[in-house]
Amino acid sequence: MGLLARAPGARLAALLPDLPAHEVLRPPEIGAVMVRGRVGGTGAAFNLSEMTVTRCVLRLGCGAVGHAHVQGRDKGHALRAAVVDALMQTGAAAEVRAGVLAPLAAEEAARRGLRAAKAAATKVEFFTMVRGEDQ
Amino acid sequence: MRAEALTGGFADAPVQAAQGFRAALEALARPGQIETVAGAAPPAPLSVAAGVLLLVLADATTPVHLAGEWDCPAVRDWVVFHCGAPLVGAADAVFALGDWAALQPVGRFAIGTADYPDRAATLIVELPVLEPAGVRLRGPGIADEAALSLPEVAAFQANRALFPLGLDCFFTCGDRLAGLPRSTRVEAV
Amino acid sequence: MYVAVKGGERAIGNAHAFLAEERRGDPGVAELSVAQIREQLRLAVNRVMAEGSLYDPDLAALAIKQARGDLIEAVFLIRAYRTTLPRFGGSVPVETGQMAVVRRVSATFKDLPGGQVLGPTFDYTHRLLDFKLAAEGEVPVAPMALASGGPVPHVMAMLDRDGLIEQEPQGAAVPPDLTREPLEMPAGRPLRLQALARGDEGFVLSMAYSTQRGYGRTHAFVGELRIGAVAVEMEIPELGFAVEIGEIELTECETVNQFKGSKTEPAQFTRGYGLVLGQSERKAIAMSLVDRALRWEELGEDFTGAPAQDAEFVLYHCDNIQATGFLEHIKLPHYVDFQAELELVRRLRAEALGQAEAAE
Repeated sequence: MGLLARAPGARLAALLPDLPAHEVLRPPEIGAVMVRGRVGGTGAAFNLSEMTVTRCVLRLGCGAVGHAHVQGRDKGHALRAAVVDALMQTGAAAEVRAGVLAPLAAEEAARRGLRAAKAAATKVEFFTMVRGEDQ
Repeated sequence: MRAEALTGGFADAPVQAAQGFRAALEALARPGQIETVAGAAPPAPLSVAAGVLLLVLADATTPVHLAGEWDCPAVRDWVVFHCGAPLVGAADAVFALGDWAALQPVGRFAIGTADYPDRAATLIVELPVLEPAGVRLRGPGIADEAALSLPEVAAFQANRALFPLGLDCFFTCGDRLAGLPRSTRVEAV
Repeated sequence: MYVAVKGGERAIGNAHAFLAEERRGDPGVAELSVAQIREQLRLAVNRVMAEGSLYDPDLAALAIKQARGDLIEAVFLIRAYRTTLPRFGGSVPVETGQMAVVRRVSATFKDLPGGQVLGPTFDYTHRLLDFKLAAEGEVPVAPMALASGGPVPHVMAMLDRDGLIEQEPQGAAVPPDLTREPLEMPAGRPLRLQALARGDEGFVLSMAYSTQRGYGRTHAFVGELRIGAVAVEMEIPELGFAVEIGEIELTECETVNQFKGSKTEPAQFTRGYGLVLGQSERKAIAMSLVDRALRWEELGEDFTGAPAQDAEFVLYHCDNIQATGFLEHIKLPHYVDFQAELELVRRLRAEALGQAEAAE
């Protein structure tokens, strides 16, 4: 679910262009979630800021129910994420994992790896300057 | 969560929620006046009118208390899914739902404080019969007098005596609802 | 007397049209897209998100475009928009210890697990205008190195192990929310941090600076400053468990301050904390200094009368939307108010003149 929530909506749409027959139980709805932090990173919770989230619940013809909460305001993204969530409970799970989730995961790993590698290149390598007359 | 809980909300939320909210507003503004509402299809024993009230009034910031047979898995799941409201004990409730017997004793519910009279509970009372007859109502929002089939008199007189504190009530039956704010004076006929 | 005055509709309509044209500027120059603002003015976008108190880079970029680059006006637009959103709930507190850091530095320890990662910082630039940017051109790809992988531990945990720094107590599961309940004094630390996180960067900066110059001195060290992405999780009531709903970029600053100890506490270090949306380290550092200054009472320090120690002063004046709303309203018509003042001043002058003449 996290992978679907983080994925770019347009990319998910490209990987899953056709939607199976479904009944929408909670139409895609845009709202906010209050993001909390912890005092000092580890202490009491406090309210930091809200973020936009779109949620959706639907049911496939076979009865599988899919839920989605995705970051941002893309209703199509929420709808597709819910469809994927529902499909993962059906016989199509393996197909969806290979065709949708695996490419999304690979692309995300690549994006993250690139950022981490660029950050790693800015890591300071300290070397000690030898001073004084002892040496 | 049972699959039935996921259905029965508003099909056209912006319009139906506005209509439902207007009905709730009218009912409290004109005590005794009976409003007809539509759009909710909640699980039994929840009435359509009580379902509409929960959909338009309850959310994650309004703890709900379910009393008596209304405190059943079907209703619990429905309220959680459609309203996102936390389910709580009577003392913490902003809204309480049940029939009149199940809501007793009503002294359990918050009546507000002198600084914040709005921090009082609103009861949604399911009635077997709701008609403009029976107990006499007078007060703000009532031109002369109104009549409503309240389940009793003494409790509402005692509630009026707490004003400006006290409980506000909705009465529901099928797809109809009426309101009784704490400001209304109640007399037996 | 209150006299309602009508009119100005045509003037207002035309003013809007003029504004729209000015916003566009010279039509001979290509129009900015929202995506360009989001990608190339990202720190402005971050500031609008932080002070608008809504994480949505596209909306913040749109607000900046609409506000013609006036960031406080853009924050205003975001604040207005967020009030229209239904609140789905509150997240599980984010784990900043699990952050995928792009920048992480400590001013207190040179060698620390995970190292000093400079990231995309202005710090070591020469602050000389770069005229190459005036011409369009391709930017070379930033160098890469093998990443060690995995989250880096908080520096504070190192001091914590030795008991040299105060513990952070756990608090209520549901923290107070000043967007739902009006700010009331005394405000606990969670409420203060919420107010500071959405407070005006300039105001918080000035308050923090004042503590450094001696108005409520706390002598802070930056124990750790980290910037990166964290996952946001929320409990979904209908599912009964928490799911990840997205990922946001945050800047976190932990400052360490000396504390000489009191009757009940041995000498140890105390903490100030800053957490801000996006890459916004000036704000995060400033927030942690002001947070620490506001803690004088719970730490048994003296109130020296410094503005940064005064929670009421800081918290009621740090919100730039409240401030600008009240400030700017005085340019709106006050014709009747002023008429009354005018009559009063004329009468006082006439009386004084009358008395002077009578005395002669």
